[in-house]
Amino acid sequence: MKHYSDLEYLKLSKWQRFGYRVASFFAGIPKAIWNFIKRIGLLLKTIALVVANEAKDIWSTFVQGDWKTKVSYLVMGFGCLARGQILRGLLFLLFELVFIGYMVVTGVYWLRMLPSLGIQGPMKEYNAIYDTYVTTYHDNSFKILLYGVLTLFFIIAFLYTWRANVKQNKLAEQILRAGKKLKSGKDDLRSLVDDQFHKTLLALPMTGIIVFTVLPIVFMILVAFTNYDGAHDGYNNNLFTWVGWKNFNTMLNWSSGNKTYSATFGEVLTWTLIWAFFATFSNYFLGMLVAMMINKKGIRLKKLWRTVLVMTIAIPQFISLLYVSKMFAKNGLINLFLLDHGLIQQGHELPFWENPTWARITVILINIWIGIPYLMLIATGILMNIPADLYESAKIDGASGWQQYTKITLPYMLFITGPYLLTSFTSNMNNFNVIFLLTGGGPTNAALSTAAGNVGHTDLLITWLFKITTGEEAQYYLASVVGIMVFVVIAVISLVVYNFLPSIKNEEDFQ
Amino acid sequence: MAKENNSMQRHMGMRAANAISNTLIYILLIVISVIWLIPFVFILLQSLRVESTWQVGYVVPRQWGFDNYVRLLSTNFPKWYLNTLIMALVTAVLQTVIVLCMSYTLSRFRFKMRKPLMQFMLILGMFPGMLTMIILYRVLKDLGMTQANAVPGLILVYVASSGMGYYVSKGFFDTIPKSLDEAARVDGATRAQVLYKIILPLAKPIVIYTILTAFMGPWGDFVFARYISMGTAAGMNVAVGLNNWLNLDQIGNNYTMFCAGGVVVAIPVTILFMCLQRYYVEGVTGGAVKG
Repeated sequence: MKHYSDLEYLKLSKWQRFGYRVASFFAGIPKAIWNFIKRIGLLLKTIALVVANEAKDIWSTFVQGDWKTKVSYLVMGFGCLARGQILRGLLFLLFELVFIGYMVVTGVYWLRMLPSLGIQGPMKEYNAIYDTYVTTYHDNSFKILLYGVLTLFFIIAFLYTWRANVKQNKLAEQILRAGKKLKSGKDDLRSLVDDQFHKTLLALPMTGIIVFTVLPIVFMILVAFTNYDGAHDGYNNNLFTWVGWKNFNTMLNWSSGNKTYSATFGEVLTWTLIWAFFATFSNYFLGMLVAMMINKKGIRLKKLWRTVLVMTIAIPQFISLLYVSKMFAKNGLINLFLLDHGLIQQGHELPFWENPTWARITVILINIWIGIPYLMLIATGILMNIPADLYESAKIDGASGWQQYTKITLPYMLFITGPYLLTSFTSNMNNFNVIFLLTGGGPTNAALSTAAGNVGHTDLLITWLFKITTGEEAQYYLASVVGIMVFVVIAVISLVVYNFLPSIKNEEDFQ
Repeated sequence: MAKENNSMQRHMGMRAANAISNTLIYILLIVISVIWLIPFVFILLQSLRVESTWQVGYVVPRQWGFDNYVRLLSTNFPKWYLNTLIMALVTAVLQTVIVLCMSYTLSRFRFKMRKPLMQFMLILGMFPGMLTMIILYRVLKDLGMTQANAVPGLILVYVASSGMGYYVSKGFFDTIPKSLDEAARVDGATRAQVLYKIILPLAKPIVIYTILTAFMGPWGDFVFARYISMGTAAGMNVAVGLNNWLNLDQIGNNYTMFCAGGVVVAIPVTILFMCLQRYYVEGVTGGAVKG
C-alpha cells in the first residue's frame, strides 16, 4: 500500500485518514508478526547468553575461590559460616537440609510419578479380617500433579538459592581482599527494614500470589492436557492421565470432525464479544452523558443526583441483580402487574428471560443500570479537569454544543480513559455476576448439544466454564481449555489495542 | 440564530434555549433517579408484606408487618450473616495490609525485578480467576476448610491473591512527592520509618478506600462462596444463602423473606458506604485516570 508522509496525511479528509489507519494496521500485521518472531528469537538468544555467562561465572568462582568457597558448592552456607556471617550461613544451610529432606522423603516420588500421573488406581482387594473385598486406594493423580508442580517450583527455588550462595562467596572474597569488613547478621536484619525493605514488604503478598494464583493457574493449564473430569477424579474412581492436545482438538475441532464443542465455543465466543462491546460502550457513553447533565452550569442539587446514583453502588450487587431478575421473570412483578390490569393475556407474558433476543437485550439494559453510576463518577472527575478556557474559546468561535462535545469533551475523555476502556472491555468479557445472577445463562440453546454443558443464549465463556465445572458430569479438562481460550482472546485484544492506541493518541492529542 | 443582528435579542434567545434545556435535564435527572431507586424501594416495600410470601403483581403491601424479618431469625440467615460479617472484617484488615505493601513497594522502590513483576501480574490477570477454583477447592478440602468450615478457607482465598489488585493505590502513592521520602532519608530515617511516619498518615484516603472495597467484597461474592461451601448451609455467605431462596422450589415460600434479608444486608453496608463515600469516589476516579 501507499505510504503517506505526515504532510500528505494531514491533507486527507477525516474518512480517508480513518481508512488509511485501518489499512496501515492490516498492512502492518505481517511485519508485526515478523517482529514478534524476531523478538522471541532475541529473547532465546539472551537467555542462552545469560545461562552461558552464569555457567562461566560459577566455574571461574570455583577455580579461583579458596577452599571455603569450594566447600560451599556442596555444603551451602559453609563459606558464610567460616567467614563469620553466621545468620546467612545458617539460613543457607537450613534451606539445603530442608530441600534434601523433602526430596528424599516425598519429592522423588512425585517427580517419578509426574510423567504417568499414577500407575495404580483404586482397586478391590481381598481383606482377610473382614473376609470380603474392600476398595483400597493407591496413587492419587490430583496430588501427583499438584505436588509434582510444587516440587518443580521447589527445585527452581533451590537452584536459585544455590546460585545466590555461590555469588555470596565470590562477593565475600572480593570484599575481604579489598580489606573491608563483611556485613554481620545485625546489618542484614537492619537492611530488611532499610535498603532491602522492598523484599520484606513483598514477601507476604508474593507468597500469597504464588501459592493461590500462579500455582493453581500452572496446574490448570496442565489439566487442559489431561482427561481429569468427574469420572476420572484421580483418586476415588479412576486415575487421570496425559492426553496431549486432544482436548484442544475437541474444542476447536481442527481434525476430530466432532462439532459438539466447536459449535458451542463459536456461539458462546461470539455472544461474549457482542456482550462485552455493548456493555462497555453503552455504559461509557450513557455514563458520560449523565455526568455531563449533572455537571452542566445552572443545574442545581448536583450532590443529590450524584448521591442517588452512588447509593446504588453501595448495595451489594447480588441483591439488586437477583431482585431485578425475578422482577422480569415470567411470573414476576412486571408480568403479574400487566396481567392484573388486563394489559396482557394469561399465557402471553412478556418473555424477558424466555426469548433469546429479549433475554440478550434485557441483560444489556440491566447492565446499563448497574454500570452507569461507576461511569458517572469516573466521567465527573475527568470532565471537571478539562480546562474551562477551552470551552470559552470554543464558544467565542461560535461552536455549537454538539461541536464542543465532539471536538473537546469526547477526544479528551477518550484520550484519558483509553486504557480504562480496554480493562473495562476485558472485565465485561468475564462479567460472571451480571449474567449468572440475572439469567443463569438461559434460555437454553436447543441447537447446541447438551453434552457441552447445557449452554444458553446469554452464556459467556466464563459462565460456561463455571457450568462445566459444577454439573453432574464435571469436565475439568474442558473448563481448563475454555479458561486458556479466554486468556488467549483477552491477550490478543490487549495486544491489538495497545498497538493501535498510540496512533489514536497522536491523532486526538490536544494541540 | 446566525442571522440575528441585535446582540441583545440573541442573548435573550440563548437564555430561553438554556432554560428549556435545563428543564429537560431536570426531567431526565428525575426520571433517572426514579429508575435507579425503584428496585430498592420495591424490595423494602415487599419485605414488609404480610399477606403472601410469593411474587404478586402489586408493590404496596395490603397488610403491613415485620413478619418476614421475624421469620428470618428462625432460618440459617443469622448464621450466614455472621459468616459474612466475620469474613468481611478479617478480609478488610488483611487485604488492606497486603495491598498497601504491594502498591507502596511498586510505587516507591526501584529494584531490578520491578518491571518484570508488574508485567507478569498483568499477564496473570488475563486468566479468569475462576479457573483456580477447582484446585483451591480440593486443596482446601484436604485442609478441612470447606463446607461447614468454609469461612477460614474463603478468607484465605480472598486475601491471598489480593496483591494483584494494587493498581488504584499504586496510582495514589505515585502522586505523593518523592522528595518527602528523600528528605526523611537524609535525616537518617530507615525505609520502614519513612513508611510509618510519613507516607501512611498522608495515605489516609487510599487506606480507607482499600478497607472499604475489601470490606464490601465478601458481601457480594457469589462464585467462590458457593463453590467452597458446596451446598452446606452452615458455611454459606449471605449471597449464596439468599440465592437459594429464589430457587424454583423455594421462591413461593421465601420470596418476601429474601427481600427482608436483602434489606438487612444492604442497610449496614450502605450506611458505611455513604459515610465514606468521599474516599470511594476519589479512589474510583483516580484509578480510572491512571489506568
